[in-house]
Amino acid sequence: MPTEQDVRPVTDPNFASGHITSPVLKGNPEDLRDLEAGLDKLQSDVQRKAGIDWSRVLLPIAALVVLILVWQFYVSLGLKRRDQVPGPLDVLGQMGVLWSEGKVQESVWTSLQRGLLGFLISVVIATPVGLLLAQAAPLRRAFGPLISGLQVLPSVAWVPASIIWFGLSDATVYFVVFMGAIPSIINGLISGVDQIPPQFRSVGKVLGASRLQMALQIILPAALPGYIGGLKQGWAFSWRSLMAAEIIATGGTIGFGLGSLLDQGRLLSDMAIVMSAILLILAVGILIELLVFGPIEKRLLQRRGLLAGGTR
Amino acid sequence: MPVVLEHLGKRFGDGAPVLDDVNATIAKGEFVALLGASGCGKSTLLNILAGLEEPTSGALEVPADGAAFMFQDSALFPWLTARGNIELALQLAEKNSGKRSSKAERNARATELLELVHLGGAGDKRPHELSGGMRQRVALARSLAQDRQLLLMDEPFAALDAITRDLLHDELERIWKETGRTIVFVTHNVREAVRLGQRVLLLSSRPGRVVAEWDVTEEHRTDAGQAGELTATITRRLREEIRRHAN
Repeated sequence: MPTEQDVRPVTDPNFASGHITSPVLKGNPEDLRDLEAGLDKLQSDVQRKAGIDWSRVLLPIAALVVLILVWQFYVSLGLKRRDQVPGPLDVLGQMGVLWSEGKVQESVWTSLQRGLLGFLISVVIATPVGLLLAQAAPLRRAFGPLISGLQVLPSVAWVPASIIWFGLSDATVYFVVFMGAIPSIINGLISGVDQIPPQFRSVGKVLGASRLQMALQIILPAALPGYIGGLKQGWAFSWRSLMAAEIIATGGTIGFGLGSLLDQGRLLSDMAIVMSAILLILAVGILIELLVFGPIEKRLLQRRGLLAGGTR
Repeated sequence: MPVVLEHLGKRFGDGAPVLDDVNATIAKGEFVALLGASGCGKSTLLNILAGLEEPTSGALEVPADGAAFMFQDSALFPWLTARGNIELALQLAEKNSGKRSSKAERNARATELLELVHLGGAGDKRPHELSGGMRQRVALARSLAQDRQLLLMDEPFAALDAITRDLLHDELERIWKETGRTIVFVTHNVREAVRLGQRVLLLSSRPGRVVAEWDVTEEHRTDAGQAGELTATITRRLREEIRRHAN
């Protein structure tokens, strides 16, 4: 091996000056620490504490008011029969009647309970499956296309099969919810894992993480933004599938949910009931987004420094 | 001898060898700068030492408990605070050695390590709230948390501004003296190599091979003129290596 041991220094015209090496900083340790502290102060973020941002509250309310006014204006033009296109006040009145009959409370509670329970069970099933598929290449190759296909398949397609298997029972409703939510959550988690910078795995390996530690303490938190996206979509699929199931499968031991209310409105040809049910389904969706997913997502992005410049 | 490399070679697939017949011995507590042009396989060599990649030929002797590693970018986990990153390293390190410590002990040890890199007050900050230099110091504290004799550093200060880099050189030297680690420091910067290393190994490019080495003596550290001459010598040799590939 050609090795030059301790080569004698030779003067080179290009490097004649003696100030080539990076300087060993002169000064006592106190000064250096001050220098360092000064740099740290200058270069790190200044904490900003914002108060309540009223535009977040007022703008959506303003948009809602505008939409209702447009609706009222259209109705007052009288282009359609009032029983086919009821105005905001008619729907509000109908909602009041349904409330006093206890139907609003019953249907919202029944559906919400089923939706949330079905969603939570889906999360519990989909998370380990998603992690496993994302980590084990042969499994992913084998089942990946199937999972993607299931996500595209409208879950309402499972309603007839489910009625034949489980009859008109809660099992039918839950089965349809699972088939909607689980593939969606699995896919979200897998795409979250795919987007992890490879370096995080290297760091985990260097730090000595076992396979399980790698999955739970590095892969899962690193994939969290994608996972939350998957959960959000999973919830959307749960809620949609639930409504589809409730509209189609009524009677039997199936309780009275929002979909059943909607179907009842159709049977009675009462447009005010139909619109009340649609608005309630919409309201639940908006509330879950505003109260659950919105804050979680915002906090997650904020803590990772991904919020700056966004419109959230 | 914590690190011995004998006729080490590495090639990816059927391609030309990245490393070929690399021989080196690194003593315990030594600070070795591994110098080479970009693309000469320095990082590959470091990855092999860290056990992230396997050599295709030759023999390799590294400490049984593995090595701590510091990357070019800090590679801190963005979902954890500075302290959390260090505590995770402590937790993962001890599962391997069979020790078990309580959360409070880990917390105290993380505080010590943060103090060591002069970041006592920044433990609760998240990586994105820290400057590049501060992140690299947290990364250094994290690699020290691994508590391995051998510390591998892959151009850890390459992306920093000059003042911060000078400061971190001083800090790394201080920490090396305080902790007695064996450090292999990869860089393409000759001045950095002379500033930090006790010994500078020059790696040729394609295939990577140790073609020259210089001792950096105490005189070089105290006498700017001598250091400059050594830097010039090494730079000339490095340029020669790069020029070989011109034709």
